[in-house]
Amino acid sequence: MTSTDVLWALKIVYTIYAFSIISFVGWFAYRITKKPESYKTWLTPKVFYTYLAILVMIGVGIHILTYNKIPWVAWELKKHKIKPDRVFNITVENHQFILPEETPITIKCGEVVKFNVVSRDLTYGFGLFRPDNTMVFQMQVVPGHNNELLWQFHEEGSFYVLSTEYSGPKGARMRVPDAFKVVCNKNVSMGVGR
Amino acid sequence: MNIKELLINGNNGGLDHSGLSPLQKVTLRFVVIGLIFYGVAAIEGMIMRVHEIKPVPLLSDEHFFAIMTAHPIVGIFGSTYLIVFGAFTFLVPYLMKKPVFSIKIANFTWGIMTLGTVLVWLSGFIYHYAPLYTIYWPLPVDFSQFHIAGGIIFVIGVALIMIGTLAFIVNTYATVFYTPKGQKKQPIKPLLMSAFGIDGLLNIINKIRGKEPYIKDPPLSLPIVAIFRGTVDTFLDALVILTAGLLILFFIFNNLFQWGLHYHSVDALLYKNIFWWGLDLIADGLVLIYVAGTWYLLAMLITGRNLFMQNIARAALLLELIVSWAVWSHHLLSDQPQPEIMKLASGEMITAFELITQGLAFFITLTTLWLARPLKMSNELKFLLGGLLGFALAVPAGIIQADLGMNRLLHNTQWVAGAHFHVAILVGLTMTLYSAIYILLPILTNNSVKLFSQRLANWHFWLHLIGGIGMGAFMGMAGIDGMLRRHVYTEGEFMLYMIPAGICGAMLLAAWVIFMFNIIATIGIKGLIGIFKPSKIDKEVIVPQPATAMQKG
Repeated sequence: MTSTDVLWALKIVYTIYAFSIISFVGWFAYRITKKPESYKTWLTPKVFYTYLAILVMIGVGIHILTYNKIPWVAWELKKHKIKPDRVFNITVENHQFILPEETPITIKCGEVVKFNVVSRDLTYGFGLFRPDNTMVFQMQVVPGHNNELLWQFHEEGSFYVLSTEYSGPKGARMRVPDAFKVVCNKNVSMGVGR
Repeated sequence: MNIKELLINGNNGGLDHSGLSPLQKVTLRFVVIGLIFYGVAAIEGMIMRVHEIKPVPLLSDEHFFAIMTAHPIVGIFGSTYLIVFGAFTFLVPYLMKKPVFSIKIANFTWGIMTLGTVLVWLSGFIYHYAPLYTIYWPLPVDFSQFHIAGGIIFVIGVALIMIGTLAFIVNTYATVFYTPKGQKKQPIKPLLMSAFGIDGLLNIINKIRGKEPYIKDPPLSLPIVAIFRGTVDTFLDALVILTAGLLILFFIFNNLFQWGLHYHSVDALLYKNIFWWGLDLIADGLVLIYVAGTWYLLAMLITGRNLFMQNIARAALLLELIVSWAVWSHHLLSDQPQPEIMKLASGEMITAFELITQGLAFFITLTTLWLARPLKMSNELKFLLGGLLGFALAVPAGIIQADLGMNRLLHNTQWVAGAHFHVAILVGLTMTLYSAIYILLPILTNNSVKLFSQRLANWHFWLHLIGGIGMGAFMGMAGIDGMLRRHVYTEGEFMLYMIPAGICGAMLLAAWVIFMFNIIATIGIKGLIGIFKPSKIDKEVIVPQPATAMQKG
């Protein structure tokens, strides 16, 4: 599953939810002005507790769902067990990304890549974007710490780097065009414990 | 009557301010200033919306981000805080049937907060000081980008706002606990138990154990519990922001006098954790609780009934207190050095409780209204329903981004700004506040005014509702497609979303203009000026005449 699939699903699911809740409140607003046929109500404490249980299930369920469906959650939680194929040490200083090689840096599909980004001054962001501006991933880059992120590419293309965190007005221009190029031959998945 | 006369004198003679008590006047001062700041924030928002559609030639990146820095401070502290504080300064004494502890402190609060907000705004307008609302260390002391004078004015402005906030808290606590002359002294313990919702929890436990209720008639009404409970978080938040301000001030002097201390001596991640712990108390501890309390109050006033599942609502306020102190890590889900256990426990699981506590308030309020059918679709009811809808849309959007998988793609995007907090603040919170204003207007004016135009009130409602949801939705969609929130786009990258978002933003601005016109036409500029003149009525008086709107309850 790529980030495009996840975001597409979010668009659909949230749009359906938004229209449902708007319709519900609209219906409620209409009905509340009408005199009820009977004052006997189904809104009992039992209904309330059932609703509460559903809320708990949704609140916890979303995290279980994403853990099982979105690959990068496990990559992050099990990163100490995963050995990367390549490590890119990137430095950010004075509103500039300093990449370890000449761009575009070529990555093979399926390679487990570790991006280790270090800031020498401010808090920045490190985001990878497709040419149509959609996001592949991002992380915060906090100064004084190693900011490591594992990723495995499954989509061919050219990607640009953009700082995703505000670091003053100069931060808006922190972009490296065509920073990485991914070439695909076959798809493989990241194995935990490699 | 022509428009000029109408605006000067108001509808049917406008507001008779001579009959207002000092408490009524000070409350109206809070609200008037808060509404003006709302307009300033709306105009700032529109400037940014327009700039994202077609770059404004005179607007440099520095100025753009200075607006982005001032915008939330004017909107949250200058507008929302002042309206909420004003309403609560009135409601605590009104509901407890005793005078406010100090009118002087109340006047000091709105005055110093207004001055603080203006200073913050000026630091951006004059010096383009723009570390943004989040002031991530060491950006606020990066004087290669910002002017030192801008930093000093900004910090003083924020400090004044926080001092005003602390003054409000002192006044609220003192009003809850003090005993006015001639009244029977209330013991502190039951008041404290009630203020934190502990009596509600004990009632539930006793019910489960088949025992008599711990207390049948709690000393504090539910809205007071919510107000008291919210001020705990307001207090902690004010302390954290004040401390951050002092740290920035220290490093300003460090830079000025060459003390030689490097800003890396402060750990940026630790600072970020402490800062977010405090700042998050506004969103997750304060807004949700104050809003829930206001919903409960409005539902009771509109229906004249007690709340459905009242003990649960009281206990939930206690639960939310603990939850609000432990959720901040959802702001650091994309920070790789942040320990994983913090992300999972605080960032994901405890944050999910927001869905439960807010969902619970949503259910209780709607059920209380439903059980009182048929109700007249008054202004207060329609704005209350709008407020409920706003949070029903915004809270799940927040829970979605507070997930390790989703945050990787949503952190710092327009999804957070649009679908989550703009819908929460503009639709959820602001419409709830409009509802409170409509229901409190007759009480605060001794029924001396009649709303100028119901048709304008309807226009205000629909433009605000559609504009707020629409702007949030289009910004959110842009966020899904990769548009960042703290960024400036000048190549028309997200034009497809920014044009409709701009149109919806213009609807919001138009809604505010219509509302202000309607209110000024109702009260009259003479009446508005009169609000700021001293009252001749005894300061012990809460409301000089019985207000019929409240008698509904």
